[in-house]
Amino acid sequence: MNDVLRIGGRDLSCRLFLGTGKFTSYDLIPEVIRASGAQVVTVALRRMDFDTPQENMVKYLPPGVILMTNTSGARNAEEAVRIARLARAAGCGDWIKIEVVTDHKYLLPDNYETIKATEILAAEEFVVLPYMSPDLIAAKKLVRAGAAAVMPLGSPIGSNRGLRTKELVRILIEEIELPVIVDAGLGTPSEAAEAMEMGCSAVLVNTAIATARDPVAMARAFALAVEAGRGGYNAGLGPVRAYALASSPLTGFLHDTEEDRGS
Amino acid sequence: MTFYNRQLAFEKYSLTQDLARVLPEDVERVLASSNLTSDDFLILLSPVAERYLEPMAQRAHALTVQHFGRVILLYTPLYLANYCTNFCLYCGFAAQNRIRRDRLTLEEVAAEARLIRVSGLRHILILTGESRKMSSVEYIRQCVEVLRPYFLSISAEVYPLEIDEYTQLVGSGVDGLTLYQETYDRALYAAVHPRGPKRDYRYRLEAPERACDAGIRSVNIGALLGLADWRLDAFLTGLHADYLQHLYPEVEVSVSLPRLRPHEGTFQPQHEVRNREFVQIMLAMRIFLPRVGITISTRERSGFRDHLIPLGVTKMSAGSCTQVGGRSHREAETGQFEISDQRDVPAVKQAIESRGYKAIFKDWHPIVAAGVDMAGRVAL
Repeated sequence: MNDVLRIGGRDLSCRLFLGTGKFTSYDLIPEVIRASGAQVVTVALRRMDFDTPQENMVKYLPPGVILMTNTSGARNAEEAVRIARLARAAGCGDWIKIEVVTDHKYLLPDNYETIKATEILAAEEFVVLPYMSPDLIAAKKLVRAGAAAVMPLGSPIGSNRGLRTKELVRILIEEIELPVIVDAGLGTPSEAAEAMEMGCSAVLVNTAIATARDPVAMARAFALAVEAGRGGYNAGLGPVRAYALASSPLTGFLHDTEEDRGS
Repeated sequence: MTFYNRQLAFEKYSLTQDLARVLPEDVERVLASSNLTSDDFLILLSPVAERYLEPMAQRAHALTVQHFGRVILLYTPLYLANYCTNFCLYCGFAAQNRIRRDRLTLEEVAAEARLIRVSGLRHILILTGESRKMSSVEYIRQCVEVLRPYFLSISAEVYPLEIDEYTQLVGSGVDGLTLYQETYDRALYAAVHPRGPKRDYRYRLEAPERACDAGIRSVNIGALLGLADWRLDAFLTGLHADYLQHLYPEVEVSVSLPRLRPHEGTFQPQHEVRNREFVQIMLAMRIFLPRVGITISTRERSGFRDHLIPLGVTKMSAGSCTQVGGRSHREAETGQFEISDQRDVPAVKQAIESRGYKAIFKDWHPIVAAGVDMAGRVAL
């Protein structure tokens, strides 16, 4: 089966997206990308040093990898829009991850400002992937605003606490027709697999890979977990039941034709 | 209600008594809990907690890596002027000190900027002495205009301003404010600031809030460790940062831990902070405020600075010079304080990277000053 994820006119075979904010050496980035197979990598405009090539993370991205600039540092829709336009003007392409964070304690996103920024940028033909708190109504508004996917958090950025928002993400998967990509909070490969098994289209991971003792090995582990989780989802997981399926059913007699007739 | 009112409420309690009551099991309980209260923070600053530096360091290290990665942002200070109307007993620039006074011309500001720019640094902290007359807001604003093409982030460490003055600076491209309260011990504050506008404790204390109201992006606060009882000052610095973070969630709050250095003048530290105490402050701060930035300046010796890297530091100065115009043509004159880490930028970068950390030069991109308006017209 050809299981591709189509976003912004691109067909992606790898469902693991990478964040880059916490790597100790940019030389590691190509290796991590290779080990993970990632085709979409997000970099903050605030970290792109256009004047010093050896300090410019973008230069370390292998050809063919989609650069998704993120608007880290934006405090409202207007700032996110400005960052996106600057990124496009600087040659960073049209893929933009909207990150409007007005809370520096938990780094939780501002859905309201995110929706406003999405509307403006989608109209300007950016491929907009908004980072959001998993709220159904906000997600519906993002769809209407022209988002290319929605990216709910699993738990706060960098927390490594896993898929704590699972029930809310599940509702998005059920109700939203766009790809649902869990972004932030996944701390272990098994949590990435869990997100994929429940039907997420992809996951975005940074901290857990970048801060691992061996980031390259961890990138590979996440890639395998994402593939396994997706495989499980595609194969059609058996339904989870709250009761046992007895081998000697109590209602078996109903299937007895004579009993059913009441004779 | 400002932090001033909050502090007054705390002054009713005797922190010394609270600190004396701390037991080892209290420290262990705090180290096992995930969300710290201000009481817990005080426990980590207690004499008893000094026995727990290693577990505190492990926790602080893990929290820092989790929230910031192994990444340290480099910046450098640029002294614009050293005229001062204050009489701070501990400062080399104080009005009573007979040193050469100077103020950079805009051409000299540009010359210094070019020299700093060559070193690769993109974040800068501009400083002036406290003289509204010689270093007016208009002068600072003009300097910022000159500096903007060279730097991506400009922070200012200047005398406390009114909200509309902060608004002017923000509008001209200043994105960060650094302002040290020096000490949160109000009696001592009065004693070490005998004359000058700086005597107004409350006006200074509330300045970060005015800057936040004016839309500043980041605020860095601190106490000059060694002036007063460091436990009190560290505790109130942490509470102040926590207060700002809570009230202004959109602002990036950070703390500096400046230790009093030898300087021109006769005043010397009364409460010298030993290295292990300095480390205890940094660890307690990180555990209490996991997402707050911690800045270490070149006041600290190079070897000691390098050891601090994994303990919670997120920002370090490099290639510092505390003399006005010291980088370009001026002859050596008296700086504000003695620099202990004399290394140049490549040496500091190398030291950071040899510890498995990434030294970064850029962590902001000016979005207002860059000339992109909401209609999408770009003027790069």
